Amino acid sequence: MYGWLWRALPGPAWLRVVELAVLAVAVVAACFLWVFPAIAPHLPFNEITVE
Amino acid sequence: MSTTTAPVRPPARRPSPGHLVLTVLGELLVTLGVLVALFVVWQLWWTDVEAGREQRAVVEDLDWAVDTDDVPLPEAASEPTTPSDPPVLDEPAHATTFATLRVPRWGSDYVRPVSQGTSRPDVLDVLGIGHYEGTAMPGEVGNFALAAHRTTYAKPFHLVEDLQVGDPLVVQTPEAWFVYRVTETRVVLPRDVEVIAPVPGDPGAEPTTAMMTLTTCHPMFSARERFIVHAELDTWQPVSEGLPEALGEVPAEAGAGTDVEAPTGTGGA
Repeated sequence: MYGWLWRALPGPAWLRVVELAVLAVAVVAACFLWVFPAIAPHLPFNEITVE
Repeated sequence: MSTTTAPVRPPARRPSPGHLVLTVLGELLVTLGVLVALFVVWQLWWTDVEAGREQRAVVEDLDWAVDTDDVPLPEAASEPTTPSDPPVLDEPAHATTFATLRVPRWGSDYVRPVSQGTSRPDVLDVLGIGHYEGTAMPGEVGNFALAAHRTTYAKPFHLVEDLQVGDPLVVQTPEAWFVYRVTETRVVLPRDVEVIAPVPGDPGAEPTTAMMTLTTCHPMFSARERFIVHAELDTWQPVSEGLPEALGEVPAEAGAGTDVEAPTGTGGA
C-alpha cells in the first residue's frame, strides 16, 4: 500500500518526501476538523449527565 | 570437487498473493493504530484548545457579566442579603447562556458560562457548563442542576474532587449574584437521576430550599459513574450592590496534592 503510494508519486525522491508530508498534514487536518468531531459523540467515555 | 558457477542475481520474484495481502493488512493495522493515537491527542488536547477559546469568547461577549479582573475583590464582609425573594430568571431557549459560574477553590481566574440544556454537540462540547432543562434556575427554590466535562472540551469541572464542604460556588445572572455553599459530594451511578430532583435524593418531595447540583464523569476518563456535588444557597445580592464577599475568599486548605493556582489545570491527565 505505502510501497505503491511511493511508486505512484511523481518526481525525484526528495519531492516525494515533501508530497508525503503534505498528504500526512492533510489527513491529520481532515481527522481533527471533521472525522473525530463526527465520531466522538458516539463513543461512551464522555458521558457526564445523569439520565 | 566440482566447480560452481558464479552466483547470478536471482530474478526479481513477484510476491505471492498471500504475501501481498499480509503486507497490506499489516500496513492498514499500523495506520489504524496511528489514527487511534491521533484521536487521543485530539480528544485530550485539541478539544480543550477549541472549547477553551469558545468559552472565553462567550464570557467576554456577555455584556452583563461582571469582569472581576478590573475590580478589587471585597475583603471585609459586606451586608449580605438574606435569601428571600431573589430575582429568578425564566428558563431561556436551548443553548442560550444565562449565567456565569465562579469557584474560588478552582482559582481566582476561573469563570465559565452556564448555558441552557445538556445535549453534547451544541452545549456541553462547545459552551461548557449545561443546565438540566426543567430544573430550578439560580436562586429558585428547588435544585439548580448543572453538568460539564471533567477531562475534555476545556474541562470546566476538572477539579471537582477538590471541592470541600463549605466552599462557595458563585453564580452571576444579569441581575444578581448567588452564593451557594457545598454541602455534600458523592459518587453515584449514571441512572441515579434523583440527584437532580428538586429535593436531591428525594424525588417527589416538595422543595423548601434553593439547592444547586453539579454532575460530571467519574472516575476521570471513564463514564462508569458520576461525581455529584450538592450545594445550598447561602446569600444573594443584586449586581448593583457590588461583588459578593465569597469571591475574595481564599480556600482554607487545598485538597491533597492539588495545585489550585494552576491556571490551565492540565495536571492529572
